[in-house]
Amino acid sequence: MGSADAGMDSLKLAAYGILLLPLLSFLINGLWLGKKSRTASAWLATLAMGATLILAVAVALGYRAEVLGHPEAFAFRSAVVWEHTWMAFPTGSGAFLAAEAGFHLDPISVMMVLVIAFISFLVHVYSMGYLRDAAASGRFFALLSFFSFAMLGLVVSGNLIQTFFFWELVGAASYLLIGFWYAKPAAVAAAKKAFILTRLADAFFLMGLLLVGYQAGGFDFAHLNHPATAAALDRTVGAGFLAFNLLTAGTLLIFMGAWGKSALFPFHVWLPDAMEGPTPVSSLIHSATMVVAGVFLTARLYPLFSAADITLLVVESAGAFTALFAAVIACTQTDLKRILAFSTLSQLGLMMMALGAGAPEGGEGFSSATGAASAAYSGSMFHIFTHAFFKCLLFLSAGAVIHAIHSNDIRKAGGLRKILPFTYAATLVAALALAGFWPLSGFFSKEEILHAALSNGHYGALFAGLATGGLTAFYMSRYFLLVFHGEYRGGEAPGARREGLLMTVPILILALPSAFAGWMGRGFFTEYVLPWPALAGQGAMAAAGDTLAGAGSWLPVAAGLLAVAGAGFGWYRYGLGKKTAGFPGREAPAWYRVIADKFYVDEVWLFLAKRVGGSWIAAPAAWIEVRIVNGAFDLASGFLRRLAFVQSLFHSGQVQWYMAVALLGLLLISGLGGYWIP
Amino acid sequence: MNLTSCLVLSASLFAIGTYGLLTRRNLIAALMSLELMVNAALINFVAFARFGGPRGALPDPEAGSLFALFAVGVTAAETALALAIVIAVHRQRGHLDIRALDRMHG
Repeated sequence: MGSADAGMDSLKLAAYGILLLPLLSFLINGLWLGKKSRTASAWLATLAMGATLILAVAVALGYRAEVLGHPEAFAFRSAVVWEHTWMAFPTGSGAFLAAEAGFHLDPISVMMVLVIAFISFLVHVYSMGYLRDAAASGRFFALLSFFSFAMLGLVVSGNLIQTFFFWELVGAASYLLIGFWYAKPAAVAAAKKAFILTRLADAFFLMGLLLVGYQAGGFDFAHLNHPATAAALDRTVGAGFLAFNLLTAGTLLIFMGAWGKSALFPFHVWLPDAMEGPTPVSSLIHSATMVVAGVFLTARLYPLFSAADITLLVVESAGAFTALFAAVIACTQTDLKRILAFSTLSQLGLMMMALGAGAPEGGEGFSSATGAASAAYSGSMFHIFTHAFFKCLLFLSAGAVIHAIHSNDIRKAGGLRKILPFTYAATLVAALALAGFWPLSGFFSKEEILHAALSNGHYGALFAGLATGGLTAFYMSRYFLLVFHGEYRGGEAPGARREGLLMTVPILILALPSAFAGWMGRGFFTEYVLPWPALAGQGAMAAAGDTLAGAGSWLPVAAGLLAVAGAGFGWYRYGLGKKTAGFPGREAPAWYRVIADKFYVDEVWLFLAKRVGGSWIAAPAAWIEVRIVNGAFDLASGFLRRLAFVQSLFHSGQVQWYMAVALLGLLLISGLGGYWIP
Repeated sequence: MNLTSCLVLSASLFAIGTYGLLTRRNLIAALMSLELMVNAALINFVAFARFGGPRGALPDPEAGSLFALFAVGVTAAETALALAIVIAVHRQRGHLDIRALDRMHG
């Protein structure tokens, strides 16, 4: 074991570095360097992130050698690299309910660490070009490092407390970055919207984790995901109409956090607005950090969630609905980044839906599941993986477009393939990958999700997935054709700012995984990224790959044909040399306007916040606060003040008056003494 | 000469002293009134030592006069201190009007 120990030691060192380097970069840039020198702070943050990427690769290799190479020593392929007890709460029985801070590695956290470090590094490099002229770029790089640190800490967490801690840090970091242009009212509003909505969801998450953690007697994922924990939690508490199942309620509450963070309907409203932040931030939020945290949390607690049928159903329904809903809206938007934001919502919906579709229809929950359950889980993780690359690429290219034409509006773009040839090529790859064209990455991960839905008999989810695929191909072809083909519609020709090296190189690098991550990653995901019961060999669980080889060989063909049909319709509608194709304005049919106005969900939230929250709850509460609570205190203090005023009359400063009062008191006392002391 | 007339004298002195203390505007006059009150108490000591107390307490001339002398000593010290304060006040404020010395008010 000597060499293995040495291997673990270097793994531990690298694991510390992965968290410390971005944190140090944040502190140095945030406290000192950011204000001194923009260039130096950009270089520091980027180099720190580059070193983090190298360490992440080292950790992944170390994980493969040490953990996957010694399957007998690590249950569930899960390794605790380091761990410190951070908070310990004594419970009644003398045991401690402890929260650890640690660095845990298992297939999904290794995958996430790699993806986050890679994407974040490229975004850092890109930002050096994108924000070269921005005055406050020191603050930007500090926050970017902080964002990466928070997300890295989240994915390597081994318990719910640490997860929640970093979950909130991710939320705070995204708030600060979305509102980076804080002089712009729209950015401030978007930042507040994102923060308040996710905080609303996080309040439920906190309730859920306290409920589950307390009832289960621990916050560790290893403990919570054990089948015995789910069995112990599966009981009804309360009585009458307040009776609820502990497992269902707890998992639903925790899922509420993921619901808000991953911006599923109806919490999705914050994500399209979040593009008010600088474009590199959008690409980071939409690909590797923030929004996938919700999917990641659901996957992290998957064995526990899957023991609760209702929770899985909610996960699946919320995901499927969001996938379709957002895809429909994306077809009508005219803002570059807004289209991409809705496509992110749609893809997040797919990931969630895949997790929810894990249990076979009509089966006895997860324990009786077959390899299809593994396929759902690994498909969801696979889609996080591939989606991160092509969505980050799409946003970075959109940034390049915005940088060139100084507009977010696709109605003012067009014909940019001549000006931005590299961006054009990279966007083509990413758009095809997102639309699910073989052999690009999105095809494989989507196929695995659809396969899982089919094998488990979730035909609703299957339909939602297929329809979303067709819609995605349509809106991506619309996006692509309107931006890069046809003639430029924005007035005088752009071209003052061509593609800068710092922005083009990350885009081109990202094009590689966007294209090839699918068939390169497939084996890893179907073989290694499996939920724990599958790893434990419980029941008939098999590796996901075994299922995928089986039924439904028509599915990829159908999905591919749908994608081609969607893209073809897009080509028919917006290509074919149409110069100013189809931007319905006021004369658009009513149904189109409803979609373009995003089904008025934002207005419903506004109504809820202003009318219900403001007029019906906050205003009466304020009245009670001012009139009754404050009034009672005012009354009491007013009484005391008047009493004090009367008393203060005695304090005239006149010595003789004091003496007279003292004498009077003496007389009174001696008089009373005459009565009471015989 | 009996206990009662002594006590009446003492009570009268005390009342006069109290009146003076509460009404005189000059600090020295107030101090003199205070002396009157102290002396009223001293007269009581001596009277009780000479005639004995109520409810059959026996006269004790030695202890009584000792107590009175001791109190005279204490009073002298206290008067010296008080006069020192009066001088300090006069130096600082330039007057000795009690009504104007009201800086103790809250």
